[in-house]
Amino acid sequence: MGGKLFKNFSFFSATLSFFILIGIFSILFTYAQDSIREFGFDFLGSEDWEADEDDEEIGIFGGYIPVIGTMLSTLIAMVIATPLAMGIAIFLTEIAHKSLIKPVSIAIELLAAIPSIIYGMWGLFYFAPIVQSTVGGQGVGLLTAGIVLAIMIIPFMAAITRDAMNTVPDVLKESAYAMGATKFEVIKDVIMPYSKGGIIGSIILALGRALGETMAVAFLIGSVMAIPSQITDPTTSIPVLLANNFAEAQGLEMSSMYYLALILFVVSFALISVAKFYFLRQKVK
Amino acid sequence: MNRLLLNKIILVLSTLSAVVGISFLFWILATLTYKGVSSLHITTFTNDLVEGGIRNLLVGQFTMAIVASIIAVPIGMFAGIWLREYSNNSKLASVIRNLSDVMMSAPSIVIGVFVYALFVAPFGSYNGFAGIIALTIMMIPIIISTTDNMLSLVPKELREAGIALGGSKHKIIMQIVVKAAKVGITTGVLLSFARIIGETAPLLFTSANNQFFTMDLTGQFPSLTVSIYNLATYPDEASRELAWAASFVLTAFVLIINLTGRYMTRNKK
Repeated sequence: MGGKLFKNFSFFSATLSFFILIGIFSILFTYAQDSIREFGFDFLGSEDWEADEDDEEIGIFGGYIPVIGTMLSTLIAMVIATPLAMGIAIFLTEIAHKSLIKPVSIAIELLAAIPSIIYGMWGLFYFAPIVQSTVGGQGVGLLTAGIVLAIMIIPFMAAITRDAMNTVPDVLKESAYAMGATKFEVIKDVIMPYSKGGIIGSIILALGRALGETMAVAFLIGSVMAIPSQITDPTTSIPVLLANNFAEAQGLEMSSMYYLALILFVVSFALISVAKFYFLRQKVK
Repeated sequence: MNRLLLNKIILVLSTLSAVVGISFLFWILATLTYKGVSSLHITTFTNDLVEGGIRNLLVGQFTMAIVASIIAVPIGMFAGIWLREYSNNSKLASVIRNLSDVMMSAPSIVIGVFVYALFVAPFGSYNGFAGIIALTIMMIPIIISTTDNMLSLVPKELREAGIALGGSKHKIIMQIVVKAAKVGITTGVLLSFARIIGETAPLLFTSANNQFFTMDLTGQFPSLTVSIYNLATYPDEASRELAWAASFVLTAFVLIINLTGRYMTRNKK
């Protein structure tokens, strides 16, 4: 009797995450209906975001600017983070002395544990002025947001890449060394090909994380509805627009916000699924 | 010679990336400590936000995170138990396992939007319950994955010994398997608590914020992280100082929990 209840409750709990995911998708889709019907896929290509002052049911809303802002800030972050994360993973698996591996790993993991709002605060008051004085611009903008995003996703990417690189059998590496290969050649020709799946998976997961990051970017991207013409220009991103304007929106504008949330959700869902199912497939023990 | 030089360059660059990563950690922690400690006063902890302190914010943030844990930990653990002990690694189990992984990486702002539609819009006001639900949704997949992984480390022989003693399945699970994985699961719970206590995006339009001390979960509920976001963007120096003080307290707490979690698992091995 108790056993049956126990089993049933376990099963119910396990299926809950499935229902939450379905729930998120259907709620976003339902509430985005008005906007989807009004603008369709043209939503993605339109730069206008103007509510009608008298009637909340009309207005022109397009997601082009936040979509572009999200893509560009993520792109900058990926360009900076990928080589650094690979470097850290290589350092931890192949270069570091035994006594260094642990403290460096802990430091990198602590970097991942810092809440994103702290990155935002620090970035706004300490990093943005540096960007402004070295590169120009107003301090806040695409570049600053991209760099701080990079710092945030590096630990995440480095940890998964390190784990993937650690699975390379020593015999393979030793055989290459025995042939006279240098460390770099072993990394390039043995370790990288062997752990390719894990490395690509870590890059895609970090990409998904950067796309959805809200608070740090909200402090740093400038939150302006404008297409950036330079890399230091302020703009906005989907999460930032949601964070700042979602709660005040009405009618069709609100529906367009749900539309943006739906786009973000579907894109990150697709990215994470590809990374998990295709590249990071774990054997179930 | 050329390949040896290239080798050197790559090794130096890799080491430099590690140095860069660590420097950023220390840079951020140093600024936080410097700005935070100089902005901390006794009254920071005894006053509420309306009087320039963070007492109500700390109580509010912890209340939401603790209640979310009380809901999420059993659900996540039972889900992990089902995946590992009951599912026989069926197709359904691998679907659920993967979906829960996907949910773990879902953008937190989207979870905020979802909870807003279900638990804020219909009631017409921000409320603490909505904040708790948003945090619970964030926490469940983390607990599932920890429990699932930790139970997989428990040797099969322990379960067989339990069966040989004539124990019923759920007794074996609770009294032998889960007990054996206790330290790992506790660490996972600690780490996920550290993760949700620092969340801002899912709270922005669920619990929102409150300047006053309140325990009424049906109304706007005080949040430390949402306050940091608001305070940091105010132009006056006092608000910024309070934001730094709050950030310092939050980060110190999160990092101490993280280190404790790591220390616990290290001792066990």
